[in-house]
Order: sequence, then C-alpha cells, then structure tokens
Amino acid sequence: MLTVKDFHHAYAPGQVVTQSVSFEVRAGEIVSIVGPSGCGKTTLLKCLAGLLAPTAGDIRFQGEAIRGVPQGFAMVFQEYGRSLLPWATVNDNVELPLKYRPIPADERRSRVTQSLEAVGLAGAGDRYPWQLSGGMQQRVAIARAIAYQPQLLLMDEPFASVDAQTRADLEDLVATVRDQFQITIVVVTHDIDEAVYLSDRIVVLSKSPSTVLDVVATELPRPRDQIATKAQPQFVSIRSKIALLIKRPTADVVRAPE
Amino acid sequence: MSVRRPLAERSLDVIRSVVIRYGLGLVLVLLWQYAAMQASSIFFPPPLEILKRAAELWLSGPPSRLFLGDGVFSDILPSLMRLLGGWALAIAVGVPLGVLIGRSRIAADLTNPSLQFLRAIPGPALIPVFIILLGTEAMMRVTLIAFGSVWPILLNTIEGTRTVDPVQIDTAQAYRLPSHARLWRIVLPAALPKIFAGVRVSLALAVILMVVSELVASTNGIGYRIQNSQIMFLLTDMWCGIVLLALLGYTLNWLFLKVEDRALAWYHGARGHGVRSQQG
Repeated sequence: MLTVKDFHHAYAPGQVVTQSVSFEVRAGEIVSIVGPSGCGKTTLLKCLAGLLAPTAGDIRFQGEAIRGVPQGFAMVFQEYGRSLLPWATVNDNVELPLKYRPIPADERRSRVTQSLEAVGLAGAGDRYPWQLSGGMQQRVAIARAIAYQPQLLLMDEPFASVDAQTRADLEDLVATVRDQFQITIVVVTHDIDEAVYLSDRIVVLSKSPSTVLDVVATELPRPRDQIATKAQPQFVSIRSKIALLIKRPTADVVRAPE
Repeated sequence: MSVRRPLAERSLDVIRSVVIRYGLGLVLVLLWQYAAMQASSIFFPPPLEILKRAAELWLSGPPSRLFLGDGVFSDILPSLMRLLGGWALAIAVGVPLGVLIGRSRIAADLTNPSLQFLRAIPGPALIPVFIILLGTEAMMRVTLIAFGSVWPILLNTIEGTRTVDPVQIDTAQAYRLPSHARLWRIVLPAALPKIFAGVRVSLALAVILMVVSELVASTNGIGYRIQNSQIMFLLTDMWCGIVLLALLGYTLNWLFLKVEDRALAWYHGARGHGVRSQQG
C-alpha cells in the first residue's frame, strides 16, 4: 500500500538526518516506526504524509509517487492542543475537513456523531477543545481522522503528551479504530513498549544518520490486553530485541533524555 | 461555590466592588467641584456647571427629537460619522493588506520599505496635503483619520497572520483544506486576537485624529466647537466639549470590548480568563 525506497533526507547540505530507509506498509496493518530521539522519525512521517519533500528517495502510495498530501491520508499530531482549532467546537473541528469534500451535509453530521461515539466522546460535540483534558483532546483529533475515512492514518508520537492511564486507553483505541474502520495505521513513537503493543510490524531505525536496523513482526495474538499481552514471553523477547538493536550502537554514549 | 451566602453578605460584596471600581473617580470629581468652587475662576468652571451647560446644549430639544438639542445634530453626529467612517476605512484597508503582507513573503519585501516610510509621517502633518487633494469637506477628514489610525491594524494583522501556529498550518495541509478555507478557517481566526488589539488601539487614535481634523478649516464638529468656544470665551462650552470627548472615548472603548468579548470568547476561555469589558 505504501512503499518507501532509499529514503534519504538532509536538513541542509551535509546535514544528513536519514541516510537510507526502505520499508513497506501493507493494507490493514499497524506499523510502528521506532528509533532513538533525533533519528528523523517525525521528518520521515512528514515526508510520508506529503507535508515535506524528501531530499532523495521514492515514496509511493498505491503505486503513485507522493507529491503533496494524497487523498485518503489523515494525520494525528503529537501536539493535540495546537492541532485542534481553539475557536471551533469539537463538532466543528471534526467536521472541518469534510466541509470541502463533496459530502452531503446530513452524511457529514452523521460521520461526526459516529466518530465521536467511536472515541467515547458522544455528547462532547458542543464543547471547545480547551475545555477538555489532554487525553480527550487527542481523542477528538482521532475522531477527526476517523470521520475523514482515510485509507492511511499517520500518527506522530500521538500519546507522548498524555498521562499513563490515558495512554493505555488510547493505545487500545488505535486497535479498535483499525478493526472498526479498516484503516491502515503508521505510528511514530520513541516508546518501544508502545510500538510492540500496538503493531503488527515495527520498523527499527538507527541513530542519525539513520538506516533501518530491522523490521520486526510482533506476531502477538489480538485482541491485545494491556496486562496479559505485556506479560507474554513473546512480548518480552521482542521488546528486548528492539531495545538491544537501538541501544547497541550507542551503548557507550550517554544519550539526552527525550 | 454552590453554597449560597446570606443576602446581606453578598450585597456588601457588590457595594465593595462598586466602591473599588468607581470610588476613586467619584472622589476626584468631588475634589474638582470643591477646588473649582473655591477658586471661582472663569477658566475652570465646576463640573456641576459643566453638566448643566451640557444638558442645555445637547438635551434641550423637543420630545419629537428625543430631547436631543441642536448641538447633537450640528456637532456630535458629524464628528461621529467622520470618526466611524475613517475608522471603518482603516479596518477595510488595514486587515486585507495585513493578511496579504503577513502571508506573502514577496508582498512583505515589496511593501516593507514604503510602509515604514509612510508610517513615520505624523498624520496631522498631512492635513495641508489632504486639503489640497480632497478639499475641506468630510472626505478630507475621513481620509486623515483612516491614514493615521490604519497602522496599528496593519502591523498587528501582519504579525498575527505571520505567526499562525505551524501545527495548524500542517493540519490544514494534511486534511487538504483549500486555500480559501485555510484563510477563513485557520489564518484569520488565529490572527483575530492580535487584529482586535490593533483595531482597539486604532479606535483611540481615530478619536484623536477626529478632533485634530476638526481644528483646521472646519465649520462644525466637537473639535471645532471646543476651539470656537475658547475663541469666543465660552469656557464652560469648551469644557463641555472636552468632557464629551472623554465620555465618547470611554463609551466607544466599552462597546468595543463588549464586541471583542463575544468574538474572542474562545481566546479568553482558552487562556483561562473571563470577560474583559467589566474592566472598563
């Protein structure tokens, strides 16, 4: 569905952040991209989304090279508080992207209601984002993506700024969304536990200038459970494997905390 | 919060807040009255006398005209029309031009030197030029008010539209909002708090320029009346005009804050403070 071949990116000439990255995402998968901080994960995701043009390399969505944001992409940003519009109600935030597509008004409204229900926010439509907690705001951002009915959902560190309990709930919501709406999902995260728990496959990047160290299939059964799944030997071994992959090249270097 | 305190205690609170809000003003007026009566100078009539004269000037008309005196129609209304006309023109020019410059690098580079140059010219210095170009009628005064008060609107609109949060722009792009939607749904609302701040400053400037414009080659208006009263030694009339200007500025600012509270309710809510119009 999405293929990345020899992706290479430099912030400026000589300032290479990503050396060479290739992987693919199949329809219906949840794929995580993990790597140490500063390895260019977010830049990679922005290029996947068509928000940025890579310095070199080939990114294709269903065989077509990406130039600008393709139709059928939705995005959830880490900074939910800045990605939601504070002057618009929750309903208006979710509805806004639909307004400029040929969708009849009554279908628009039913999509807004349905997607808010799906994220557990039925009845919050008339409130403003800043009246909601951080976790609820990120749910609104997810509802906005669902209502858009994308084929591919890109999430950039979506749960990095919420508390632990909310984070667990939102992680489970991602799997529900995939099953309920048949959306392919790509998640960028620096949290290995989260990547293993969420994903079918994990693309592990090295530190900058980054390359793909490995693509790991988790093969954990679904539905997953925050406690039971994380206690499985398979979960533990994959987690250690990825942690070792990421840590090994920099084991003797004290890295700055994220 | 839900516990209702006794009526006496609550009404005491109301009285206290009224005293804090308006007490100082009242004391100052009383002091003025006392000092003016003691001095009994014709140059400084006491406020009560000014009030009495103001009522004669402006509130002595027939009931069919809502008791409004001739002065209202010959001076206050023309002044208000000029003020609002010039201010509206400043908004109509300043906001669109500011959006263009704020969002377009080329427009910014093209216009910046000329705008900085024009901005450095004090508006009143252009009165002779405007008189030559536009005569001495309303158009000259409206243009002067607009020219002098457009700058805060223009600069704040540029600043506001230039500093829209990049995440909001990315969001608009990720959801493929067409450019007109980006303008109306993202850029303009995001810049609105700054635009409002600029428009409010420009309102105060517009009042000043209205008076200045009426001091030159004028036959009516509040500014003209103040100057004329002074020349004709009608000093109480002069003071009436000055007090009227203060009231006018105060009222317009208050009305403007009311409008702003509605338009920017989301902004004050998101920043965690309530309505501002109560601050006067």
